[in-house]
Amino acid sequence: MNLIAKPSKENIKTYLPIGVVLVTLSFLDVFVNAFFNYNLLGFFPSQISYFSPLILGFIGFYLIRIEFSGVRSLDILNKNINSNNFNAFLTLLTVFIIIKSIPPLLNWFVLDANFLGNSKDDCTGDGACWVFIKVWFNRFMYGLYPDAEQWRINTAFLILFTIVGISFFVSSKLKKYFILFLVFIYPFLGIELISGGSFGLKYVETAAWGGLSLTFIISAFAILFCFPIGVFLALGRRSSLPAIRYVSIGFIELWRGVPLITVLFMSAVMFPMFLPDGTFIDKLIRVLIAITLFEAAYMAEVVRGGLQALPKGQYEAARSLGMGYWKMNLLIILPQALKLVIPGIANTLLALVKDTPLIFVVGLMELAGMIGLAKTNPKWLGMAMEGYVFAGLVFWVICYAMSRYSQNLEKKLSTER
Amino acid sequence: MGKIIELKKVNKWFDKFQVLKDIDLEVASQEKIVICGPSGSGKSTLIRCINRLEEHQEGNIIVDGTELAENTKNIEKIRAEVGMVFQQFNLFPHLSILDNCTLAPIWVKKLPKKEAEEVAMRNLTRVQIDDQALKFPGQLSGGQQQRAAIARALCMEPKIMLFDEPTSALDPEMIKEVLDVMVDLAKGGMTMIVVTHEMGFAKEVADYMIFMDEGKIVERAKTKEFFENPKSDRTKLFLSQIL
Repeated sequence: MNLIAKPSKENIKTYLPIGVVLVTLSFLDVFVNAFFNYNLLGFFPSQISYFSPLILGFIGFYLIRIEFSGVRSLDILNKNINSNNFNAFLTLLTVFIIIKSIPPLLNWFVLDANFLGNSKDDCTGDGACWVFIKVWFNRFMYGLYPDAEQWRINTAFLILFTIVGISFFVSSKLKKYFILFLVFIYPFLGIELISGGSFGLKYVETAAWGGLSLTFIISAFAILFCFPIGVFLALGRRSSLPAIRYVSIGFIELWRGVPLITVLFMSAVMFPMFLPDGTFIDKLIRVLIAITLFEAAYMAEVVRGGLQALPKGQYEAARSLGMGYWKMNLLIILPQALKLVIPGIANTLLALVKDTPLIFVVGLMELAGMIGLAKTNPKWLGMAMEGYVFAGLVFWVICYAMSRYSQNLEKKLSTER
Repeated sequence: MGKIIELKKVNKWFDKFQVLKDIDLEVASQEKIVICGPSGSGKSTLIRCINRLEEHQEGNIIVDGTELAENTKNIEKIRAEVGMVFQQFNLFPHLSILDNCTLAPIWVKKLPKKEAEEVAMRNLTRVQIDDQALKFPGQLSGGQQQRAAIARALCMEPKIMLFDEPTSALDPEMIKEVLDVMVDLAKGGMTMIVVTHEMGFAKEVADYMIFMDEGKIVERAKTKEFFENPKSDRTKLFLSQIL
């Protein structure tokens, strides 16, 4: 029986056209079904018609699976997505799911969505109500910060982005001063500008801060401080002095062992009880310290991983050249160890950024918190989906940018060319 | 030609295992000493004690007039004067060859950068890899890396150089280029203590040979006498196996 002979180079002339037609037909069926809601193969009984694209595509893929066909593109196709029956099945399923899921997403996000208007009543379509985001956008960015003073936040971030932008293009000698300014002077300048109270700027209490700008402020400060503290803890944990070692271990294990939400709650509610009457530390500062110390414990373990990966010879070579503990660590050990653990550091910092919404437990509202507030507004009930999709997109953009930056850094610092 | 290194009744244990037993050794300035012996005989540990990469538990080690003990400040000063070359090179992979050579002079000896670079280039020229100065260690061959490591140690302008099996990790064809550099160094009058199995090198440069076994110095003799007329049976056996 040669009718169902294995597809090969001999019968390529018959099998290839039939196979291609079947595969095309199956894709076409799914496509038409998804986008135009028309069942191309509706003349089959309904049970068969539902699975018909899978069956047709499967047979088609079988017929075009011709080894060493001599047609280059066919060989590449067969090798990558059609190497055996199971592989062909997975390929079909994946492609069908992708095709099927495009129309509903497209409808919700764009085609049926509402962009115009100022209230919930303007959202008449079935899709997303982006009016919600538009109306609340200012709050999502600045929280409850007074409208008239928002230029201060804008200025602070504009200065930051400008300096960071310029520092990418200046020579490495000047860059050093830019970085020193960014790390040691700018944070306090920026906070002064945003919080006000001097230089004729109106004081804005931290309870009014919020939205995406607060996400940035908290993330930036926590990253700035948790990194050096983490490095010191990592070195401390490997110290030969027992006192330092045990304090570091105790600190790390304590902070790693508690959930962040507990830590935040403690910092906001319990901590003030231990302070003497009359002393007052701003809630935002308490929260910042809590997040910083919490993430520093994680950072310490990431850095320690890098320290332990270095061969003993590096320590010995440094010591044999007359370097003391600090010179050895700062010049030889840390540059190598930190480079090794860039992926781990990026991981920790991404987690930090995504942990910031938890500050809602102490009543501070960054982006996700503001969305939570807005969706419970009686005029805007039922907008949770739009709000959280928006928050998700914003967080994704931030985190993806950080991830790309860390990958670039890895490449740039690689000396194994 | 005064004594520059003096070891008196040095004993050392790793936990309960005694690696060095009553080691007495004196090295005069500009002397070249080659230490040989079977593996595990304590020869590496001995020279690592001289710049205190290992701590001894009993006895005295005096290097250039300073006794090595718990006092940290002294240790770093001594280490800056004692160059060390390792079996595995231990170059710093994140720095270029030039930076490898200038780092310690700049940060430990507080040399100005420009001066440190001049010293580095002079030493790199001496070991004949000045054309590789801007490359990273990973881009060099084993022999070139070991010569760079020697140059790095020389940049501290040490009074003593310690070599811990400098050619054991090298391909056979690269051994000669490293030994040539060491011979050149010896002829320049450097005080050297070399742990090696390269007996040709030993015959050429060593003033004294030391044979160690099981943590003890079994034999110490002038080079010619050591090879032609070894006294102990253990030495004879060892020599018969490697020559």
